[in-house]
Formats: sequence, structure tokens, C-alpha cells
Amino acid sequence: MIRFILLQNRQGKTRLAKYYVPLEESEKHKVEYEVHRLVVNRDPKFTNFVEFRTHKVIYRRYAGLFFSLCVDITDNELAYLECIHLFVEILDHFFSNVCELDLVFNFHKVYLILDEFILAGELQETSKKAIIERMGELEKQD
Amino acid sequence: MALSGMRGLSVFISDIRNCPNKEQERLRVDKELGHIRTRFKNEKGLTPYEKKKYVWKMLYIYMLGYDVDFGHMEAVSLISAPKYPEKQVGYIVTSSLLNENHDFLRLAINTVRNDIIGRNETFQCLALTLVGNIGGREFAESLAPDVQKLLLSSSCRPLVRKKAALCLLRLFRKNPDVVNVDGWSDRMAQLLDERDLGVLTSSMSLFVALVSKDYDSYWSCLPKCVKVLERLARNQDIPQEYTYYGIPSPWLQVKTMRALQYFPTVEDPNTRRSLFEVLQRVLMGTDVVKNVNKNNASHAVLFEALALVMHLDAEKEMMSQCVALLGKFIAVREPNIRYLGLENMTRMLMVTDVQDIIKRHQAQIITSLKDPDISIRRRALDLLYGMCDVSNAKDIVEELLQYLATADFAMREELSLKAAILAEKFAPDLSWYVDVILQLIDKAGDFVSDDIWFRVVQFVTNNEDLQPYAALKAREYLDKPAIHETMVKVSAYLLGEYSHLLARRPGCSPKEIFSMIHDKLPTVSTPTIPILLSTYAKILMHSQPPDPELQNQIWAVFSKYESCIDVEIQQRAAEYIALSRKGAALVDILAEMPKFPERKSSLIKKAEDTEADTAEQSAIKLRAQQQTSNALTVTDQPIGNGVPPEAQLGPVKMPSMSNEGHSTADQVLTRSNGSATNLQASTPSPDLLGDLLSPLAIEGPPAPASVESERNPVSGTPTAADALALAPIGGQTNTIQPIGNIAERFQALCLKDSGVLYEDPYVQIGIKAEWRSHQGRLVIFLGNKNTAPLVSVQALILAPSHLKLELSEVPQTIPPRAQVQCPLEVVNLRPSRDVAVLEFSYKFGTDMVNVKLRLPAVLNKFLQPIPVSAEEFFPQWRSLSGPPLKLQEVVRGVKPMLLMEMANLLNSFRLMVCPGLDPNTNNLVASTTYYSESTRAMLCLVRIETDPADRTQLRMTVASGDPALTYELKEFIKEQLISIPLASHAPQPLPQQAPPSNPPIAQSDPGAMLAALL
Repeated sequence: MIRFILLQNRQGKTRLAKYYVPLEESEKHKVEYEVHRLVVNRDPKFTNFVEFRTHKVIYRRYAGLFFSLCVDITDNELAYLECIHLFVEILDHFFSNVCELDLVFNFHKVYLILDEFILAGELQETSKKAIIERMGELEKQD
Repeated sequence: MALSGMRGLSVFISDIRNCPNKEQERLRVDKELGHIRTRFKNEKGLTPYEKKKYVWKMLYIYMLGYDVDFGHMEAVSLISAPKYPEKQVGYIVTSSLLNENHDFLRLAINTVRNDIIGRNETFQCLALTLVGNIGGREFAESLAPDVQKLLLSSSCRPLVRKKAALCLLRLFRKNPDVVNVDGWSDRMAQLLDERDLGVLTSSMSLFVALVSKDYDSYWSCLPKCVKVLERLARNQDIPQEYTYYGIPSPWLQVKTMRALQYFPTVEDPNTRRSLFEVLQRVLMGTDVVKNVNKNNASHAVLFEALALVMHLDAEKEMMSQCVALLGKFIAVREPNIRYLGLENMTRMLMVTDVQDIIKRHQAQIITSLKDPDISIRRRALDLLYGMCDVSNAKDIVEELLQYLATADFAMREELSLKAAILAEKFAPDLSWYVDVILQLIDKAGDFVSDDIWFRVVQFVTNNEDLQPYAALKAREYLDKPAIHETMVKVSAYLLGEYSHLLARRPGCSPKEIFSMIHDKLPTVSTPTIPILLSTYAKILMHSQPPDPELQNQIWAVFSKYESCIDVEIQQRAAEYIALSRKGAALVDILAEMPKFPERKSSLIKKAEDTEADTAEQSAIKLRAQQQTSNALTVTDQPIGNGVPPEAQLGPVKMPSMSNEGHSTADQVLTRSNGSATNLQASTPSPDLLGDLLSPLAIEGPPAPASVESERNPVSGTPTAADALALAPIGGQTNTIQPIGNIAERFQALCLKDSGVLYEDPYVQIGIKAEWRSHQGRLVIFLGNKNTAPLVSVQALILAPSHLKLELSEVPQTIPPRAQVQCPLEVVNLRPSRDVAVLEFSYKFGTDMVNVKLRLPAVLNKFLQPIPVSAEEFFPQWRSLSGPPLKLQEVVRGVKPMLLMEMANLLNSFRLMVCPGLDPNTNNLVASTTYYSESTRAMLCLVRIETDPADRTQLRMTVASGDPALTYELKEFIKEQLISIPLASHAPQPLPQQAPPSNPPIAQSDPGAMLAALL
């Protein structure tokens, strides 16, 4: 199960944080700080997996952005790694050539997309098409 | 660059971005928060659009890491807005700002529920998403039925149903009771037939959670999962949008294979064949390709397939394919694959016996231990730890020690703990173990926890052969110029105890040893000083004849610390001075530390305790539990004062702790032999005894036992008693307490043929018996639980006159961790209720233990239940007319029980209850055959007439062709009815165990009498 998802830039600014387990504010700040420190200095030639407390973080870097998923020790690493990529593809499709600024100014839409993609810490939909169509429906209502 | 669509929000974000520094940013944020706060205060003038805009701003500020301590109410209230745009903002912001523990969320339950059961699909989706992401127990209880309805509804779009599936998963995780298993297995099976892959993906996640808790209710879903896999593997009916780089939903494949790992096996041959076809295809057909994403996705499936194959214990051929693949993976350059290769090899070790094949890759794995990536190094360490056994322990531990010197800090503690455990578990000889631990302390003293050095002291103390060696080593390390403080502690302790064993060597005179240790004193911290003082006192004691110069030196040190500000140091110094003036008595007072009671290594416990926190229990773990549940062993039930949290072995303790130290140390429990450390590979498998122990024998309430256990007072010599004042460590007042209740263990063994007869911290005695007519063969298993030998072992059988007993030879010494089996042949000569007694004694350290144990070669063991029909019964019954062949007695003071219970009780003693023979339903008739040399096979008939109005009395008639047998059997049954040993969970003490209150019983219990006489 995904415990939380973080999108952070190299400086450690959080661009998206979604928690599927209840954490207190102070704990969230700590987690974000620690995860950033954990992934930012890792060599690109290293694995995309790193232990984090009693869980593990699966992360991937796209330009200056780190996408990190914290999952259970027993979860399938590669499946979650590709889950990150699928999410990026969806964002890319939605914003047509996504860049960090898109995510900054449209953070609320990123939350919406994420809610169509992952729910309760599990994958909900893996069809890019289904998600993009759904976003279209929602935009119309807005 | 796309803007947010809300001008105010975009402007604010731009402002923030343009702040040149953190301070400016904070000012801007504070200004905005102040603005929002005032606007919220006066809600009247607020348009829905403004409200929405402010709430988004709040979320943005929150995301930047600022505290937003107001506006929660506004966010929550937006949920009940009538229009979608506001409602949507309310839902999203609420689920970001709040979590399930917030009170505000409770306010929203009703609105959320209305949205779920309402007709508006978009609102349903919003509500399901909120509940799925942050719903807590309260939500689970009030919303689960509505969510289930949506999931199963045929009129809802897949869009809603997939959300409902995951929402239900969340609620199930919060409270498993919300899914009622009875109805669900069918529904789940139906859900797995789903064509829409979005719904199927979500439902599969739900299914994994359900099946991880209770696979047994979902067997009907197993073939469906295999069908799903087949559909994906063959790419049948998979819309293009669900293939990822040409692979049909890798995520659904992975989830489905995960679900299958929760079933212990796939029985149906057709299903099994289909599944293996799929798996075979995955194993063989996954190639390495250039595209990273495709490669990752296909390997995600491959690794899950490997896990499933391992779980299913597939054919040898497939298994070796897996091993070959993993062997390949751990050698590739691609870091992710190598990491997963190592990880899965470690998992493989847990499920199958592939140690030998994996050992071939040892060199390769050691290379990974030096990889620059810590994630890989960790996996390599785990694997080396898992694959270590006696054959490669030396290599692996030495490799770890070498690596320790250069390892980064993040890993040193784990590394030293693991090295210490391996050294302890697989040491080919104990001196090597001492070497390893001292090296560990030397190289990574900061990362060596106290447990590690406590443990080495424990080993040395309990193994005399090791003591001179350890002292010598300690001295060598002390010679080094700069050593870690932990090394000072352990060396000082060892030299204090054992340096006199070295006295004849050059450079090892008491004086030299003292000055060597004393040189280190200025470098150590306060907690170490008391250890050094104890060492000085011991050195003083060992220098015989006394060396006045040394004496003065040491006294000077004591006097100096007599006024120390630290209370522990001061007290020790003062006590040692006073004691050391006692002259020759000092030798007694400061005698060598006695052996420590054996206990499970606290290190191993520590390593085992690090439990992973996962949403679903790991399938491997579940499997391991299922496998061992039948075969184990002694649970670590606390008795008396309970088990100390870990081995407390510190030679230094505050006086106030001393009492506690004794009681816990005395009653400490070791775990079963099976899980404890295994020092000598050649000793017989501890499981031998483990197999014997079924839970019944040990489930009795942990009452302080012991009728028959007796302590030999030898250990209570004045020496030991006096030393207590000085060195308040457990072990001196050893009263060896049995573990568990001896009487209950005996009673249990009267009913079954294998189990534990006796156990204490050092020894475990198990029994396994086979009975055939009037003969029996009992095997007595004597297991030494220690790492030191048990000596002066004696087993004596005190046989009653009706039994012929022959015990084979019992060795005088039981080696460490070993178990000896002593067969005992039994022949039953004639009917009697007398009981044989085993007198068992041994010596451990200074403790003599002597116990007398009743052996379960009791009357009912020679019974063979036999059904009789009415035609056989009545003629027999009539022909045996009156005493002495047929005896009748009214028994009072019967333990009240239902007729059913009484029937069960009789059956458990091999008296077969024959229902329907007696027309009166309040009566029981039973029959059995009794075997002895004098009676041969003899039919016995029993009739019990109960009085439903008064269950405490009954009339019993027993008949057989032998007067003695009739009498003995009648008395036997009477005892059982009155005392009802082990009658399920009787809370009050059993009468038999309280003889004073029930004199006639006590007198008629020859077992007790015999035991008392002896």
C-alpha cells in the first residue's frame, strides 16, 4: 500500500503531498524533509529504492522534480516505479509537455488527477485514456 | 505555462515565487493568512467563488510548509455546498488538511453519506474519494453498507464502482468487521469476473486485503484469479489503453499473483496446470529490452511470478529456473534488477531449501556488499545473514568484520549486530566467537550495543574452557594504546574474573594486570568506573599470598573514590574497602561469578523484533507461521514475575535494582530449544523435542509449580550469600523453578501420548509413548537447553509392584544443546492405580537439581476402547452378578458437569461410551478392554446413573471378570469424576491438588502417596 506520495523539487519545495495514512502536521514536515534528504543526493546510477524507517521509498527523478512513493517493505518495487512513470505520462498528456511551473500554478488540478489515479493508497485506474477523459468531464462541470 | 484559472490564486502564487528570500515569503504568507482570516470572519459578504479561492490559497500555503490553524471549518463546510465547484474544493482541501483523527471530519459524515447515497454521480465520486483517502473507523461503521451497494450495483458506471471498491478496502482496513465474510465470497467471485479493467484492478486490491486475512473463505475465487492471469498473459480482450509498453496491465498481473500467494496451495489439477503455464511463460519469456519502462514493467511481473512459484513449491525444474534467474540477476549491472535479485534470494531462503545453490553465489554477493549504493549493500547484508550456516559462517563473519571498518555509519550498528548474532549462532568453536566479538568492539565500539558485550561475558562465564583464552585476549587488547571504552569494560570484567588463570604467564601477575587496567581509568566515563573498581577488588582477592604493595595501591584508589560524587562509585569504593579488610574471608565473598541461567539471546530477540509495518500481512510470513504452527514448542509464557525484557547481564547495577534482578534472573525463561541458539551443529535437531510438544501440555495457567520439585540447598553456601551484597547480579540464589505446572503436565500426559513432562531453565524432559495391549514403550527425551553441559545427570525409576520397568542407560553428561533419548520399556503385570516415579537429578554450575516426577504409565494406558451392542452387553452384565466382580457405589462430591462432558471425559480415558444402551437418558454406559499379564484382555463394563436434580452425586457400577480390576477401575473412574483433571478451564483449584481439604482422595491417590513417601 502507498503510505504517501511526494513531489518535491531539488531544493526540497513540496509541489504535491498526499498522505494515505494519518500523520500529524509536525510529522508530515519531518517526513518531507527526510525523504528529500534521502533521495536528493543519490547517484543517478543507484537503485530507485531506498529504505525509509520501516518502509521503503520508491522514487524517480524527472528533470528537477522527485516523485517519491512510500510503500510497504513487501510491495513490488518495479510495479510502483512504473506507477510513477504512468502518473508522469498522464500529467504530461494533460498539461501537454508538463513542466514544474504547470504543477505549481495548477496544483489543485494535480490533486484532482491523482485522485482519479490512486485511491486509498492503491492504484485505481491504469488507463491514461480513461483518466484524461474523466478530467475532461470534470473540467466541464467546473 | 498554464495558469490556474483563478486570477487571485495565480497572482498569489506568483507573488510567493517572486519573493527573494524565505523571510519575504513568510511576510507575504502571513499577510495573506491575515486577509483570509478576516474575510472568513465576516462570511456574509463572501461569494462561493471567493470562498473557494481562499480555501485553495490555504492549501497552497499549507503545502509550502506553513501551519494553517484556521479555516478547517470553512473547508469542511464547502463539502455541503450545493454546486460542484465549491463542493469539489471542499472535498479536496478537506482530505489534504485533515486526517481521520480530526474532530471536524465527524461533522461531515452526514453530508458525505448523503452524497454517497444520492443520485449525483459526480458527488458520489467526490464522497467515495474522501472516505477512501481519509476515512476512519467511524466512517467504516456508518458507511460500509452504502459503499458495498455502490460497488455491487449494476446501474453504476465503472467510474463509481472502482472508487467504491477501494473505498471499501480502506474501510475494511480500518475495521475488518464491516465486510461480512459469509455473503462476500460469492460477491467477490462475481467481482473477479468483471470485464472493465479499472474496476477489476481496484477489486483485486480489495481482494488481496480480504484474502490476506482469511483465505479459507475465498477458495471459489482462486480459479477466477487464474482466469484473470490467463486473460492478461494471452492478451485476450485487453483494450489497448490497458497495455503499458505492450504489456497487458502489469499492475493487475502483479496484484493477481499477489492474491494467489495467500492461498496455501492450488489443488485443482486443471487450475494448477493453467497457472503454471502462465508462470512458465513469464519466467521464460521475459527478455531484457532497451526501453527502461518496458523492462521495468515486465520485470515487475517476473519478480512477482518468481515469488508465486516459490510459494507454490513448484516442480523442481521450475524452482531451479527461479534460482538460475536470480543468480543471473544478482550479477547484472542494472542496479534495480540486482537489488531485486538479492532481495528475492533472501526471500527464497525463507521458503525453500536452496541454501546450497545460493552458496555458490557467495563471492558475487560479497561484491554487492561493497556496492556504492547503500540500498544494494543492505540487501547483500540481509542475504549473507540469511544464507549463513556453520559451513560458511567463518567466511561470512570475517567478511562482515572487514567491511565494518569502512562501512558507513548508517549501517554499522546493523552490521555489528548481525555479525554478533551469526558468530553466536554458528561458531565452530567458542574461542572464535570470543575473537569475533572482541574484534567487533575494537573496530566499531560505538555501534556495539551493550547486549553484545553482555552476551560474550555470559558465554565465557558459562564455559570454563574458554576462560583462560578470553582473559588472555582481553589482556592483549588492553595492551593497545587507544581502545574503545566498551573494550575497557569487557576486558576489565574478564580480567577481574579470570586473570588469575593466567598468573603464571609473563606479564600477567596481578600487579601487572592491575596497572594495565588502571592506566585506562583516566580515559573512561563514570559508568565504567564501578566496573573497574570491582575488577580491582577481584584482583586483590586473587593475589594470594597478599602483595602489600598492590594492596596499598588498590586501597588508595578505593579511598580516593570513597568520596566520589557519583553514588554508585562511592558505594562500591566504600564497600570494597570494608570488605577487603576482612582478610581471608574476602576469597569467599568475592568468589567467581556463578553461571548465568540460560536464556534466549537478547540479540536474536532484538533482530527478530524489528517487525515490518505493512497494510497486509506478508504472504511469506503467513506461510512461515502456518508451517511452524503445528511443530512448535514451548511458548514463552511468562511465569511469576514475568520475563525480563532482555538479558540483563550487567555486572554493575544500582543496589536498588538488585532485588528485581534476582527474581527475574531466577525465573527467566528460555524459549524452546528450537529457536534458541545453536552452538553445535552436530547436536541432534532440537525439533525432535519440539515435535513432541503439542500446545495442550503448555497451555495450563502459569501457576507457580511445584509439588515435587525440590531444591538442593548446596547452592546456598555462605560464599554465595555474602557475595550478594557485593555483586548484585542474578544467579546466586538459584532456586531452580520449574517452568509450567508439573501436576498439570502430568495430567495432560495421562490423556495423550506425547508432550513435556518437566521443564526448567536448564533442562526439558519430554515423553513420547506407544502402548500395545499390556506393554508400552516410553521414550524419555532429556534436552539440555544450555550452552554448557549438564553434568551428574541421573535418572532413576521407582516402579510400583504391578509394573515391570526397564530404563536404558542414561548418560551422566548431556552436552550443550543436545538431547538424549532414553527408552523405557513397560510391562503391566496386574491391575493397579499405583504410579511410577522418575527421580531425575543433574548439576548445573553450583546448582544441584533433583526432581521427582510421576510417569504417565497409568491405568487407562492399558485400556482399549471397545464398542458393544445391546446383545453383547446385557448377557455379560447379568452374568457378572454382584461383588466382588460387580461393584456399586454412590459417589458424592462429584464435580458438576453435563452428561455430554462426562461422556467426553470417559472417552478420553479410553472408556467407550455406548449411547442408547441404557433407556434412561440420564445414564451412561461404557465399555473397554483392559490388558495386563495376569488378566489378559478383559472386558470391563461401566454404568453411571446420574441425578439431574443433583449433579454432585451419582451411582456407579463397574463390572469385570477380575475382582482386583473391578475395584481398581471403579476407584480410578471415581478419582476422575471427582477431580476432573484438566476438565476444560475449571477455574477453581482441583480437589486433587488440595489434599488437605479432601482427605479420602488424598489417601486413595497412591501416586501422591508414593511421591510423598519418596
